[in-house]
Amino acid sequence: MITGLRRIVRAGFVGFWRNAYVSLASVFVMTVALFVIGMTMFVDELLTTSLNTIQSKVDINVYFVPDASTEEIDRIRNSVAALPDVAAVTYTSREDALEEYRNRNENNEIALQALEELNENPLGATIAIQAKETSQYEAVAQFLEEQKIQEEVGSPVIDVINFNRNKDSIDTLTSIINAVERSSFVVLLVLLIAATLITFNTIRLAIYTSREEIAIMRLVGASNMFIRGPFMLQGIMYGFLAGLLTLALFYPILVWIGPETAAFFEINLLDYYLENFREIFGVIVGIGVVLGLLSSTLAIARYLRT
Amino acid sequence: MIYFDNVSKHYSDGRASGLEEITFQVDPKEFVSIVGHSGAGKTTLLKMIIAEDKPSSGSVFYESLDIHRIPRSKLPSYRRKIGTVFQDFKLLPHKTAYENVAFAMEANGRTDAEIAENVPQALALVDLEEKAFNFPHELSGGEKQRVAIARAIVNQPDIIIADEPTGNLDPIATYEVVQILRKINDLGTTVIMTTHNKGVIDEIERRVITMDEGRIIRDDVSGKYVL
Repeated sequence: MITGLRRIVRAGFVGFWRNAYVSLASVFVMTVALFVIGMTMFVDELLTTSLNTIQSKVDINVYFVPDASTEEIDRIRNSVAALPDVAAVTYTSREDALEEYRNRNENNEIALQALEELNENPLGATIAIQAKETSQYEAVAQFLEEQKIQEEVGSPVIDVINFNRNKDSIDTLTSIINAVERSSFVVLLVLLIAATLITFNTIRLAIYTSREEIAIMRLVGASNMFIRGPFMLQGIMYGFLAGLLTLALFYPILVWIGPETAAFFEINLLDYYLENFREIFGVIVGIGVVLGLLSSTLAIARYLRT
Repeated sequence: MIYFDNVSKHYSDGRASGLEEITFQVDPKEFVSIVGHSGAGKTTLLKMIIAEDKPSSGSVFYESLDIHRIPRSKLPSYRRKIGTVFQDFKLLPHKTAYENVAFAMEANGRTDAEIAENVPQALALVDLEEKAFNFPHELSGGEKQRVAIARAIVNQPDIIIADEPTGNLDPIATYEVVQILRKINDLGTTVIMTTHNKGVIDEIERRVITMDEGRIIRDDVSGKYVL
């Protein structure tokens, strides 16, 4: 048993080496396939991150009237924060709002002068609300509108809710996100199928060149496992080497485009690659090994019938 | 030891020659030559013995075993009892002479010690010790056929099946190969060989079966090539 296994492993390595040309071709084709798969993963990461960034910039702002009491503001703040759809609530006090206004208008003398003319802080406190999904803003806005309606007519607390102003852009963004997620899934699926078929065909050709050898092995009474084993091992080796090659190829490419993606998509793909290297290694090399093993097993099956 | 019982084989597409009601027996330690024109069915007959092909009707027995009722998983172990030699040698091109012979033993599950002992012996029997580490493309036709014979005998099979073993060889290599086959037969192994070569048959002076159009037309105990 052990002897058989050792012989299969040795035959696999020897076969890989003596058919170096065919092996090399298979490794390169698989590298291209894995590269495409890896590239799709990176593009998907870029899209997801940039969509998240855009999403995090979308919010609902509630402007309170300047003389709203702190208790009332806290009450609304807490009840909003308790909603299951809400991801975060950021509170800006009146003083902070004033400070922000000053900073923003540092070089605008007229605005600062106008502020001096007033004896009191004209700005109200605000809260910025972020929902978990863009589609949930509608519900949050509705909740706030209801709060506003319940207020006493004489002493209003909420001044403006700006959801309606953002509504159209939020809706557009929601549909773009859905479309992008759906189409990138389809693209990934198509590329995966193409990569699998190309790899399968290449390995089938590699085994086709060995069909006479397989016939001879059967003639001398080799069992099916004894014949199949070395080819399966070679398939695994193709996949493993192609995976390593792909990972090595990504590095210089990401060094090159990393700064660009950092500027445009706010994520440096090189950092992403290095930080998640273990997962990426697992996925790329794993897909390669499984693809190689599966392809060689399927390809050799037809020569082992009778 | 080998028994054909009323075996017929018909190919619907005509890609190989068929057999018509073949019945004969091969006893242990015999040296049987099968002669006949191309298309007489000689190769088909040999394929029946190694279970490469199935008869349309009738049965082929190896001792009491019906060859074509052997389950697929047991075929490899059956084939290990038979050594095969072909006109086109059928050596593994990426293995050296030594490895080609050793492979048959590895497939048989022999230990490394047995391989290290028996492979050089087999190569010595065919007089090829000094070419053990050459690849097939570095060997002459006669040398390749001798490697193939070494591979066929290394597992000490009960029978050697040789399909036109001298078909691609020059007269000197033919003579050497026939001498080796006779030597193997003298050592106690049954040999069944097909051939076209009149000189080979006349030299061996053993049983000759003559085939024509899928039938056995002559079966002589110590035959000459008559066609």
